[in-house]
Amino acid sequence: MPIFYENKQLVTPGDLLAEGDYSTGSNTHKEGNKIYASRLGLVDYMEREISVVALDAFYFPSVGDLVIGKIAEVNINGWTVDIDAPYSAALQASDVLNRFKPQRDDLSKIFDVGDLILAKITTFDRSRDPLLTVRDPGLGKISRGQIVKVTPTKIPRVIGRKGSMITMLKNETGCRIIVGQNGLILVDGEKPEDERLAIMAIHKIEEEAHTSGLTDRVTGMIRREKGGAK
Amino acid sequence: MSQFAGKLIGENGIRIDGRKIDELRPIKLSVGVLSNADGSAYIEQGKNKILAAVYGPREVHPRHLALPDRALLRCRYHMAPFSVEERKSPAPSRRELELSKVIREALEPTIFLEQYPRTSIDLFVEVLQAHGGTRCAGVTVASLALADAGVPMRDLVVACASGKVGGKIVLDLNDIEDKEGEADVPVAFMPNLNAITLLQMDGLLTIEEFEKALEIAIEGCRRIYALQKETLKAKYVAIKEEVEEE
Repeated sequence: MPIFYENKQLVTPGDLLAEGDYSTGSNTHKEGNKIYASRLGLVDYMEREISVVALDAFYFPSVGDLVIGKIAEVNINGWTVDIDAPYSAALQASDVLNRFKPQRDDLSKIFDVGDLILAKITTFDRSRDPLLTVRDPGLGKISRGQIVKVTPTKIPRVIGRKGSMITMLKNETGCRIIVGQNGLILVDGEKPEDERLAIMAIHKIEEEAHTSGLTDRVTGMIRREKGGAK
Repeated sequence: MSQFAGKLIGENGIRIDGRKIDELRPIKLSVGVLSNADGSAYIEQGKNKILAAVYGPREVHPRHLALPDRALLRCRYHMAPFSVEERKSPAPSRRELELSKVIREALEPTIFLEQYPRTSIDLFVEVLQAHGGTRCAGVTVASLALADAGVPMRDLVVACASGKVGGKIVLDLNDIEDKEGEADVPVAFMPNLNAITLLQMDGLLTIEEFEKALEIAIEGCRRIYALQKETLKAKYVAIKEEVEEE
């Protein structure tokens, strides 16, 4: 079963990755027994599966994802939320209020147009738009901090292996960082300087997501910047 | 026409713009040139200058156009009023509507439309300067813009024309050769899947001439394809090298 690239090599859509009895991971497709890349990214050969870690991609919703959304519309019995995906999401009023009566409750007092919320996707399939919930602890309106946008496929890099990168970021900058799977990241720190540092680090991670030894380089950068500020 | 034939290709086999019969015009490609679009690309092929922008997959407006089982691909090919010598009316002409359809149909087979039901992918091909073969350059640049937008694709699509000028089969016709020559064969091609997604012929060719024309057009496509790949990778390769130097 021949493979045609080295692990972590850059491939473009249509590149023939392998031939034979492999299964297709993300961003790959199969024609007969040939496996091709379907996005620009880094190829990842595993034992039985071949996938491509995409460098250019958009967010596609998936049930259970934590996302950061912006209220786009206040409707009679809920909200329309922009989650930066091909589909806009819905949040039902009954999810927020226990006994919801459209005549009595003014939904714009809870979430108004332009408000940012942290929510989880509860249902989504081909035929229906994603439905959100803010019931879990920690979810709901975002009242402080800054939002950074990164390419959604680089989110795993921001988190790092077993959360190594995100833990380092939190420790080094002292910020509260919440990562939405849709590529929006909330950075909330005590001082604006800390937030600036964290955002700078996140941008660096995004830009250099396809290189190795990233955690160490980002740590170095933060320490240098902190030293320079003092 | 015969009075031009002598001038279009010289005694030494050199064409009016100084190219050999199987030579492409110089091509310059870049991606990510428009920050407002989800994906974009720019091509200069000879004197052609074309911008492409991709938006989506996104919600379809107007809503009733949405398809329940797949994404809707919409394409607008448009020539700027200043793109040709005599001012072109900015209103879409019959020719532009036709090219929009042709470019859309050349790209439709490569996109996994069925993965994104109820959405639309909007593609804009804006010709800033035209000098023959804009439909082919349009397909080439549009497929780069799609890749830049992160739309999953079966293969990159690359297009190139060939034709018959002054009795010879030549590659990549320019405006004068297209107008004065005997035939024009635009071809859009998916190099890895070895599949043709667009094939047109304007003019008269014998079967043998047509086969020759198709063969060299595909050869031209393969050469442009190499440039396409290089362009897509360029940004990331540059960052990687920069990082490894440190």
